[in-house]
Amino acid sequence: MSNFFSKAEVTSSGRPVFLRNEVECHLLSGVDLEPEDHHHFSPLKSGIFILTTHRLLWLPSSSATTPTSASAIPLAAISHIFSSQKSLKSVFHSPRIRFQVLVSPDGRVFDPGSGSGSGFSSGSGSRSVVVTAVVRGKGDCDGFLVKFWDSWRTRAWESNETSGSGSGTGLASGSGAGTGTGGGLYSADGSVRMVGVAGILRKEQEMWESTDKSLQDAFQDLNALMSKAQEMVKLAEKMRQKLLSGTGSQTSGTNDEDMGSKEEIQDWLLSVGIISPVTKESAGALYHQQLSRQLADFVTTPLERAGGMINLIDAYCLFNRARGTELISPDDMLQACSLWEKFDVPVMLRKFDSGVMVIQNKSHSDEEVFARIKSLVTKPEALRNGISPTDAAMTLGIAPAMAKEHLLTAESKGLLCRDISPDGFRFYINLFPEIDPCNIYFVKDYGICSTWIKAVSTSG
Amino acid sequence: MVIILISSLRFRLEAENFSPISIYCEGSTCREMQKLGDFKLPHFFNYPPYFTLQPVRETREKQVQLWKELILDYCRTQKIFVIKLEEEFPLFSNSVIERTLSHEAREAFLSALAAEGRAEWLDKGHRSCLILWHRIQEWADIIVNFVKDNGFEDSVMTVEEIRFGIESRRTELHGIDRTILMRALKLLEQKGKLAIFKGTSTDDEGIKFSV
Repeated sequence: MSNFFSKAEVTSSGRPVFLRNEVECHLLSGVDLEPEDHHHFSPLKSGIFILTTHRLLWLPSSSATTPTSASAIPLAAISHIFSSQKSLKSVFHSPRIRFQVLVSPDGRVFDPGSGSGSGFSSGSGSRSVVVTAVVRGKGDCDGFLVKFWDSWRTRAWESNETSGSGSGTGLASGSGAGTGTGGGLYSADGSVRMVGVAGILRKEQEMWESTDKSLQDAFQDLNALMSKAQEMVKLAEKMRQKLLSGTGSQTSGTNDEDMGSKEEIQDWLLSVGIISPVTKESAGALYHQQLSRQLADFVTTPLERAGGMINLIDAYCLFNRARGTELISPDDMLQACSLWEKFDVPVMLRKFDSGVMVIQNKSHSDEEVFARIKSLVTKPEALRNGISPTDAAMTLGIAPAMAKEHLLTAESKGLLCRDISPDGFRFYINLFPEIDPCNIYFVKDYGICSTWIKAVSTSG
Repeated sequence: MVIILISSLRFRLEAENFSPISIYCEGSTCREMQKLGDFKLPHFFNYPPYFTLQPVRETREKQVQLWKELILDYCRTQKIFVIKLEEEFPLFSNSVIERTLSHEAREAFLSALAAEGRAEWLDKGHRSCLILWHRIQEWADIIVNFVKDNGFEDSVMTVEEIRFGIESRRTELHGIDRTILMRALKLLEQKGKLAIFKGTSTDDEGIKFSV
């Protein structure tokens, strides 16, 4: 039935087995594969169509009634991809992707791995078949097409073959040139020879230049960067393996030096944005723990200056400014602060009802602040005109934003009342509890109301 | 004049502070407070937070309670039956401390009165509120007493006569709001104490008592 296609291996859970260096690029579901001419193969209906860097795979959907095996078309066998034609007709039926596949003499898809000869090209009289992939399911057909073009042009399958053969030919020409001309820096074909110390230095130089160029290329072209990303991922994996094997085999704290270098690796990984795998095992990465302690130490001085309470945002700015380089992110800051609960540090993170977050001394007590506010707000001047957050800030020796939070908290406890007017937002001592609604004209002699009346009436 | 008042007040206060028992300071506090017409204002009328709708629940409850009392008292003494929110209402402003109740606050306090049955919104947009410093039933009782006191048990009167006639002058009925009066009369009609009949015009609606 599908002798036409190459066989694609599939895992027990139905995922395709990828070749070495093969990466999946795109996936479409509900795809039929149809030949232009039915005598090559019978159509494959409603499967999952996967594009990788090396092949096109078609997997039967799990609802297939007859068991069809997974099929593959190597990208190397594709001779042409047709661009999508947008016509009136195409609006009405499902999107299609058409491409031309080379066919070997025995009626099957040309398989480059089978070694059927390097002289096999599209111009040597081989036959080709146009295959249409009809996308009946939902999927980004245009995106698939773009990636298809990219993968086909990149020819990722060739890099494996050429890297092996390339170095071979280089050596051959080098040794050939060496025996041919005998001495001299320049070989017969004009390239610089690698001899002696000069040669070693030159080799180093060339390596450095090629790395530099490679970096430049990588950053210039985002697509190229993505291929380099594979190398980065490999590197990160290597690091990860090293870390995991290290922590697994050693008991904690035996070898300081080793632990130190492992912490270094973890820190380095974190600084390039890779979360250390060890984090998941120990609660809180070492990085965050250290940061947390450092932050607790740092923040004591500003706290004292600010009167025991400092806005989290202010603390963040101060801390980063002090660090100079290696600035921390707001997320790191939050993590570090939330770790304080686990340690015995004299500071804590606190969130007010209004959502404002502050760092305050553990020794800070709300009651003490309320007592100070109460004494402030019962002064004659404050009885007459109330207090604004700025007044409170000056008296309490804290920032106005903090003072406002305190005043709002005191209000919610029933200590103060607000007064909103064109003059602004002010607070007065709360007289309401003392007033009797059944006897509104009565004023107790020694209560707060009479104190207030006295203060108000002396203003004339 | 204000200075004299205040100095006399201070003397009064100081004198009273020496007594060990708390005294009803009505006289002293009132002389100090300004008045609205002949209505004496309580001391907390000059407390600025009184004019700002308080967010804290307990404080707000107290504030609402005080405003409800004040509104009813004021309307009763000044014979005010309707409050229009968008118009100036003397009770809702205090020029001494330069504060005015916001629209939101006014609506909150009047709605609280309405919830208690002491007021009624006359429109859905809450722009106009009927103040029932006597409940409709209380008005009905007043009408019955009025009828009995003046011997009108079997006689006929027009609505306007009830409102502005000589006999009503000595009673609370004088100058009563027409809507409220009609409601009270309808209530009594349902109980069979009177009958309402239309005259040649609305002004001539008549009541036949059978109390």
